[in-house]
Amino acid sequence: MSRSGYSPHTVAEIREMLDTIGVESIADLFSPIPSGLRARSFPLPEGMSEFEMLDRLEVRAARDSREIVSFIGGGCYDHLIPAVVDHLANRAEFATAYTPYQPECSQGTLQALYEYQTAIGRLTGMAASNASLYDGGTALAEAALMALRITGRKRLLADCSVNPFWRQIVRTYLANLDVELVEIAPVHGVLDRDAARALFDDRVAGVLVQNPNFFGSIEDFSDLASAAHRHGALLVSAVYPVSLGLVKSPGDMGADIALGDGQSLGNPPCFGGPSFGFMAVRTEHIRNLPGRIVGETVDREGRRGYVLTLQAREQHIRRHRATSNICSNQSLCALRGLVFLASLGKHGLVELARLNRDKAEYAKGLLGSVRGVVVVNSAPTFNEFTLRLPKDAETVVERLLGLGIAAGMPLVRQYPGMGDCLVVTVTEKRSRQQIDRLAAALEEVLWS
Amino acid sequence: MELIFERSVPGRRAVRLPTSDVPRAADLPENLSRPEAPGLPEVGELDLVRHFTALSRRNFSVDTTFYPLGSCTMKYNPKALEEAAGFFARSHPLLPFLPSGERFVQGSLGLIHELSRLLAGITGMDDFSCQPLAGAHGEMAGMMMIAAYHRSRGDRRRSVVVPDSSHGTNPATAAMVGCQVITVPTAPYGDMDLDAFRQVMNGDVAAVMMTCPNTLGLFNPHVAEICDIAHDHGALVYCDGANLNAVLGKVRPGDIGFDAIHVNLHKTFATPHGGGGPGSGPIGVKAHLAPFLPAPRIVRGADGGYGLAEGGDASIGRLADFFGNFGILVRAYAYITMLGRDGLIEVSEHAVLNANYVMSRLQGWYDLPFPGPCMHECVFSAARQMKQDIHAIDIAKHLIDRGFHPPTVYFPLIVREALMIEPTETESRATLDHFIGAMIEAAQLAETDPDTLRRAPLTTPVTRLDETKAAREITVCHPAG
Repeated sequence: MSRSGYSPHTVAEIREMLDTIGVESIADLFSPIPSGLRARSFPLPEGMSEFEMLDRLEVRAARDSREIVSFIGGGCYDHLIPAVVDHLANRAEFATAYTPYQPECSQGTLQALYEYQTAIGRLTGMAASNASLYDGGTALAEAALMALRITGRKRLLADCSVNPFWRQIVRTYLANLDVELVEIAPVHGVLDRDAARALFDDRVAGVLVQNPNFFGSIEDFSDLASAAHRHGALLVSAVYPVSLGLVKSPGDMGADIALGDGQSLGNPPCFGGPSFGFMAVRTEHIRNLPGRIVGETVDREGRRGYVLTLQAREQHIRRHRATSNICSNQSLCALRGLVFLASLGKHGLVELARLNRDKAEYAKGLLGSVRGVVVVNSAPTFNEFTLRLPKDAETVVERLLGLGIAAGMPLVRQYPGMGDCLVVTVTEKRSRQQIDRLAAALEEVLWS
Repeated sequence: MELIFERSVPGRRAVRLPTSDVPRAADLPENLSRPEAPGLPEVGELDLVRHFTALSRRNFSVDTTFYPLGSCTMKYNPKALEEAAGFFARSHPLLPFLPSGERFVQGSLGLIHELSRLLAGITGMDDFSCQPLAGAHGEMAGMMMIAAYHRSRGDRRRSVVVPDSSHGTNPATAAMVGCQVITVPTAPYGDMDLDAFRQVMNGDVAAVMMTCPNTLGLFNPHVAEICDIAHDHGALVYCDGANLNAVLGKVRPGDIGFDAIHVNLHKTFATPHGGGGPGSGPIGVKAHLAPFLPAPRIVRGADGGYGLAEGGDASIGRLADFFGNFGILVRAYAYITMLGRDGLIEVSEHAVLNANYVMSRLQGWYDLPFPGPCMHECVFSAARQMKQDIHAIDIAKHLIDRGFHPPTVYFPLIVREALMIEPTETESRATLDHFIGAMIEAAQLAETDPDTLRRAPLTTPVTRLDETKAAREITVCHPAG
């Protein structure tokens, strides 16, 4: 019998199993399906061996260019990944398990997720973390829903310097609900505080900000937290986790909900996924968190162990009254995040963050000195910054792409008034030589 | 076992970073700076390896044990898929958003486009978006599109009908798109009660959500009739595709009246479940819903090249940061390519064979509230064992001691003391026989020595855990020491 799938049965075994069941053929097992409901066609190619499949996919993958020197980020970052991350997270005992519904035989996953939650809590300066969400943008949307739920109000404010893709996701999530999202246009790449303050009143559930924001600017939102709290509203802060090696945590700024995308923690770009979203909150909001949460407890002998807890929030118990519909999350990517953070450790993360900032500051100085180029950010930056060019940014970026350099993300499609601007990202993986080459190429494209 | 934080020794390091080749930048101003380094563990690389290897050994997994967790399709995940995914790990998702940047990612864009086409053929739908990041996310996409469809026709509908056997994600999703949920009871034969269904249908119903086959592992022969009734009332019908593994090549939801379906790629198309994820939940629709698909779309130009198109005004908009869980899309594409038409049909045939084999061999020992034949899973009840005060959970814990991951317990909610067994097609008869033996042993112990079941499990690193304490004295982050 030629095997086409991964079923192990021989013809003889199938016969014996059918006899045990008491039917003639496998076709009999499908008798509950009326003939009128049978598939009209099943238009698929014939199968092949794994070797032929891998050859075919390798050819397909080769149509992606490996030669681009990348200065783009915008929510997906090219960071170093220690070998130990792949090695440990890919262990089949982690990778081929599922949601730890049966805690006694899932302590590996449960303890790892508890450690992950602890790492996220400490990184963000918050008291409680869940066990991951899908990605940064959907975490922001869940945070927005959470703020509406906690306050019972129907209005949200959002700084337009929050990642525009993420704000689009928030708008998608809110579209069918009777709520309002008010977006605040930024000034010089930072939140327009006067506009924000003027908008606060007792109808506002929360304000959504990002730090560093999409333009790369770092801000202290402590004052915004106080203003929000005075009106009974929440501060929801998206953060870039690697930056937290240097930047004041959302917890220290008084945020109520901190969230972000965890791809930068040990997950490859992989054309945008899988990544993971993280979310951490103040203690009083823990019962409003979406998603799985792992809690510590004891077994019958008093030994420490871990279980999924507060499950009464979740869809499989609470159904239409659940805090979210999320079921599968991004557990394995969160595990990668944990191993990544533990491999760098307390001081390694600070060093990594510093390396990013050092490289980006060098690039910012160099690019900002190219004739006609201006750095837009009025605030300090981490590893991304925004440039204003003396020419149309899309044209310049296109020409630089032709030279094998992805110089940055032009802003015109998301910010129509910023046609001459682009965001440049410089991680620790970019060398001084590559940065120098970018500056020289930019000078050439602009002026020769 | 110690936490990684408890292994921390001040000054210890695992990873050395590259030496900087640029000048050191000025420090951030104090009001923007973190006052002290984050409380992450300080451990060596071998500490890490020993710790996480030890943790991994405290897990059951498909590669180590039979894992018949009903509804979750814990099939074996071929290793070649992992290798295939590795080919695509490096591409940056913003490249196609740069002017003429799509030419650098033709491989990735093409794969998504091609997978959408394959999924459309498998399900009988007209178009797909691979953006949703999990099954529940696909449901959300589908319900948002259905809401947008009605809105586009000036029709504001506020309720969604689900059977009481549905996955919890169905009503939770309906609530997230602002709809009221109407629950229809299950008839004694295991399908949604048709009369009750007719009674709740009216012009306010936006959609009917059904799992096909349903969560009892049964194929509803009235499904086309239900679709017709729904359509007569102007409602659309959504298929929760979680159980597609049962009907590959047998039934195409698009052929029998469903308007939309999500496909759990990680289940039917063999991505390892990762201890909870990542999954992937592409959403497929009939042509009348296609204008509402999430943005951006991946399109193929006249020259055969792939590019992005922002959705038109009708699109529900963006649903994920980029193009979905791309690594999972690669695995599904690789799996479909490798198995092909006949291989996928065999998947369903053998999944159904295995489930019926387990069902027929256990039906003398456990109550079967909805007698078969079943499709890819069977749902028993431990009601008979309740007479000895033995519950489904006790049987589950005994199975752990015998080296098997338990079935799903207490779901579907409509079955008292439910034990939901999904063997999948990748398990051998010998494995099924061992499992059946352990299930029979549990049924016998319930009669002869129930205390043994109540003590189980005893072979695991911990015995039964106090879930009440966990929920009362909430500790979800280890206190800084």
